[in-house]
Amino acid sequence: MTDVATAPSFPMPRECPMHPPAEYASLRADRPIAPVTMADGQRAWLVTKHEYARTLLADPRVSSNRSHPAFPIVVDSDREALADPDRPFNRTMLTQDPPTHTARRRAVITEFSVRRVQEMRPRIQQIVDECVDAMLADGGPLDLVQALSLPVPSLVICELLGVPYADRGSFQKDTKMVLNRNSTVEERFAASDRLNQYMDELVTAKEAAPGDDLLSRLIIKNRQAVTLDHLDLVGMASLLLLAGHETTANMISLGVVALLERPDELAELRTSPGLLPQAIEEMLRYFSIVDTATSRVALADIEIGGITIREGEALVIAVNAANWDDEVFAEPQRLDIHRSARHHVAFGFGVHQCLGQNLARLELEIVFETLFRRIPGLRLTVPAADLPYKDDAAIYGIHEVPVTW
Amino acid sequence: MRINVDRDRCVGAGQCVLAAARVFDQDDDGLVTVLTLDPPAEEADAVREAVHLCPSGAISLVE
Repeated sequence: MTDVATAPSFPMPRECPMHPPAEYASLRADRPIAPVTMADGQRAWLVTKHEYARTLLADPRVSSNRSHPAFPIVVDSDREALADPDRPFNRTMLTQDPPTHTARRRAVITEFSVRRVQEMRPRIQQIVDECVDAMLADGGPLDLVQALSLPVPSLVICELLGVPYADRGSFQKDTKMVLNRNSTVEERFAASDRLNQYMDELVTAKEAAPGDDLLSRLIIKNRQAVTLDHLDLVGMASLLLLAGHETTANMISLGVVALLERPDELAELRTSPGLLPQAIEEMLRYFSIVDTATSRVALADIEIGGITIREGEALVIAVNAANWDDEVFAEPQRLDIHRSARHHVAFGFGVHQCLGQNLARLELEIVFETLFRRIPGLRLTVPAADLPYKDDAAIYGIHEVPVTW
Repeated sequence: MRINVDRDRCVGAGQCVLAAARVFDQDDDGLVTVLTLDPPAEEADAVREAVHLCPSGAISLVE
């Protein structure tokens, strides 16, 4: 990596809680692929331009292998543990390249196809209605995160996977610990071990007595053509549970706050719910809550944008920066529900693009439509600027959203 | 317009189905299938959108 005289620290702070770090825009204008310094002192390339983000994420020479010694680590971690093949997370599709990635992803894609997700609509509507019933019975004020944002996606993914919802207390807490940037390395790995231990027991029980759920179907399918061993199944289960609830929960909280802050747009969505899918794409673009899960490492020299990324160099492809590229999305700081934002990269791009994205879209659509229809007087009890935003988490969001009506 | 799909590259993200449901579908394995190789002219924009949105480059067009 040449010319690294100035390599700002990564991650960068936000000035406005609803906007990405301001430094992304200045870097994009000057050096859309720029050297940065990670928390552990490692140099990495930060990619802030939409076109380059798409190109690199789709490039087979760009690896997701987190056990690679040069893979960039956004939060303080333990490289030895990241490379340990006995840790279930290191065996998941998220951390593997093709062909291993291909086989693992193919084992579950039918469960998340557009048609299968649409078949879940009535049940998701029922879950959302039950949460809103409970809110109305409570009468408020209450914390929307605990009443709606977390329960809806947690219930949906628990039912899909066959995870008892009664166990949510521990897995929600451990997920939070794993994703919290202020957790110590020991705390984070201990929480991850507890999640894996829990899933190990659950997978073992399902191996003995399969039920009617995703994990059981996966176990049965795997018996016919073995591609996954027990630890692979545990890793897959943990990954799907974690990715399936925390991300959508944060998008629900941020989306509700954003719409409450924009009464004209909210009124328009109430009268024209057909606009919701497009508005949701715009919210996904605007918040891009999983900014750095798209970190990568180059497996070969790659020429792009007038520079050469060398083999073994680290890449942080910041989707929150790419999705605010003003050459692609004019006035990116404006949340415009009439914009066609469909080509955002909030779900990533390339072979690792989010497996559950269509489920997330459907949950968001049902939640926003139902909540604002059934509780039209919903409002925040504190100014939006004063909410506790998750500056301390690997997945952005809000810790608590106090509301009343 | 003629559509080529490479099922070996498909990762089942379903973006083609969302963009052009009358042209693309997912089979029992969740992988892309083409309902019509020569889509009518009014589907052309939707098909181009599907090509652009496909994350794995599994769909290409000969126009």
